[in-house]
Amino acid sequence: MADNNVLVDVQGLKKHFVKSRDVWGRANGWLKAVDGVSFQIRRGETFGLVGESGSGKSTVGRCILRLYDYTEGSVRFEGQDLTKLGEKGLKPYRRRIQSIFQDPYSSLNPGMSVLDLIGEPMNIHGLYPKSDDRKEAVSALLEKVGLKREHLNRYPHEFSGGQRQRISIARALSVKPDFVVCDEPISALDVSVQAQVVNMLEDLQAEFGLTYLFIAHDLSMVRHISDRIGVMYRGRLVEVAESDELYENPLHPYTQALLSAIPIPDPHAVRERVVFKPDPESLERAVLKEVSPGHWVAVS
Amino acid sequence: MTDRLLTVDNLQVSFHTRDGENKAVRGVSFHIDKGETIGIVGESGSGKSVTAKAIMALIPPPGEIIGGDIRFDGESIRKLSEKQWRSIRGNRIAMVFQDPMTSLNPVKKIGDQMTEIIRRHRHLGQAEALKEAIEMLRQVGIPEPERRVRQYPHEFSGGMRQRVMIAMALSCQPELLIADEPTTALDVTIQAQILDLLQELKAKTSASIALITHDLGVVAQVCSRVIVMYGGMIMEEGTVEDIFYRPKHPYTQGLLRSLPERKAGSRERLVPIEGTPPDLLDPPPGCPFQERCPHAMPKCAQLPPHFKVGEGHRSMCWLNDDEAKGGAGNGGQ
Ligand SMILES: Nc1ncnc2c1ncn2[C@@H]1O[C@H](COP(=O)(O)OP(=O)(O)OP(=O)(O)O)[C@@H](O)[C@H]1O
Ligand SMILES: Nc1ncnc2c1ncn2[C@@H]1O[C@H](COP(=O)(O)OP(=O)(O)O)[C@@H](O)[C@H]1O
Ligand code: SF4
Ligand SMILES: [Mg+2]
Ligand SMILES: [Mg+2]
Repeated sequence: MADNNVLVDVQGLKKHFVKSRDVWGRANGWLKAVDGVSFQIRRGETFGLVGESGSGKSTVGRCILRLYDYTEGSVRFEGQDLTKLGEKGLKPYRRRIQSIFQDPYSSLNPGMSVLDLIGEPMNIHGLYPKSDDRKEAVSALLEKVGLKREHLNRYPHEFSGGQRQRISIARALSVKPDFVVCDEPISALDVSVQAQVVNMLEDLQAEFGLTYLFIAHDLSMVRHISDRIGVMYRGRLVEVAESDELYENPLHPYTQALLSAIPIPDPHAVRERVVFKPDPESLERAVLKEVSPGHWVAVS
Repeated sequence: MTDRLLTVDNLQVSFHTRDGENKAVRGVSFHIDKGETIGIVGESGSGKSVTAKAIMALIPPPGEIIGGDIRFDGESIRKLSEKQWRSIRGNRIAMVFQDPMTSLNPVKKIGDQMTEIIRRHRHLGQAEALKEAIEMLRQVGIPEPERRVRQYPHEFSGGMRQRVMIAMALSCQPELLIADEPTTALDVTIQAQILDLLQELKAKTSASIALITHDLGVVAQVCSRVIVMYGGMIMEEGTVEDIFYRPKHPYTQGLLRSLPERKAGSRERLVPIEGTPPDLLDPPPGCPFQERCPHAMPKCAQLPPHFKVGEGHRSMCWLNDDEAKGGAGNGGQ
């Protein structure tokens, strides 16, 4: 597929973890965390990934980040198959692909100052070799994420959750990535602060032409931020569509159940809950089929 | 029906830390009637859990209730002895905690933990208690409960542990159930099941529920009355319709406005509440919301009282001074 608009191309991705071993220590039971997932993320778009906990969303993200070796399948970045690259060949991609994780408390090293936290990735990738330049670049980034120069020499524990998430974002952006995997970046934040961080992610995307994979629990925020959304269920994608299309016209029974369970902040909202009864065999057999332009559903 | 079950009157709780006095709850007053479900919402750190723990007399040192009164079914329960509390806690008032792992015994089978509580509170025999435990687990949606009762907490997922906690709290048929973020860690589909369960409980018994959450959708779905907290105080209180359709306090208004729209083509910019919550070690004098409030004015340096803005609807904001026809309500000392 030589579509220039496609930045990330995931094909037939599988990641199986060893669940149990026999007496000789050989794997004899597997947990199929991701079991044949294919999708493409276009340059400049936000692709949302939703689904119940344990459905494999983070594992997909971690495979793209090459934090895991995958069992099968390929991840191409600008057409380059990352599986085929060794550590050396991967280095430029380790700069261009960055991540932001859920927990603003544990994802920042408590012993490092803000300057070091944001400056470290620049150092690793050889950006701004002169320390004065680096400090200047870090200060500029801090202001971009709504913090101040005065914060340079402070430590993570001196910041609130929302501010720490801003530091994580500045750290991810410090090496000028093209693509950022955002794994539940706002889940741990207060409602009143979530909107601040989402706005900032959108502003930075517009300014730097970033592409996002946005993994989240909060289905109303995912709708707001994503151009297209993929719904995962037990290691597989069951539906992919443009955001509004997915919410207005969900076709897979699991998507329907998921959307119908969202609590609506309106006391008079009429709710009709759909309950999903999984049929393991037909889920196993199902393949994604394009039922209308851009709207894919797993059918068996 | 205005049968008062719980009255919290000017409750003040502080933690005496090395850095100073953390005034977690600063004069909170509200009530819960028999059979109603109230929602308590607010920023993290606004004092929701501390209020709940104070009602249960479970404030850990260095924390202390430094003022106010709590009355349950007409009697003050603030100064009861630990022995007197044992006949109330878990029995007449039950609580589901935010972190289920800390309240389950890791080395004891789920079934044993449940039957112990059921036997103590309901005076049933071992076999009957086990049957009851299995039934409760089934009701909270745990598959194969007969097998599950023989397992240990670590063999349950986080969501299942939370459901076990809810099952345990309900097994004693309490008059008041305080649920602290019972569904926050759960998937929306399981959350929906648990909310249904709470609704059913309400329909079947006359139990009252205090539901602490930061999810406004959850509140809209199950609560009849809402208390909005910020900086250790109640900013606004009203019926669920008052809060969602006629919010009077700038913090409540800001919270509602910061939610994404739910209609097609709604990719407009979100409207957040700028800034960060106040430091409770050194709270600013006056309105706790003033640093983030778009309407702040010089007068806000003084603590506003609660103004009555409708029947059962009060707001702690100077903007409501003129609107308040019935004069100042109570609270806000
Ligand atoms: N054991 C403790 N020791 C010291 N301070 C405490 C303790 N427990 C709570 N606090 C403080 O009391 C204040 C209110 O805490 P509380 O847990 O009630 O907030 P909350 O609104 O329930 O927050 P969250 O939603 O994050 O659980 C906070 O400032 C918190 O740091
Ligand atoms: N490093 C690992 N070792 C073993 N199992 C794992 C590992 N990481 C994830 N899993 C399992 O893979 C499944 C999918 O996990 P995850 O990708 O974290 O889901 P999600 O992010 O959607 O909650 C789960 O059953 C999880 O327990
Ligand atoms: S009292 Fe003043 S600062 Fe506080 S909410 Fe009202 S207008 Fe805003
Ligand atoms: Mg995850
Ligand atoms: Mg809490």
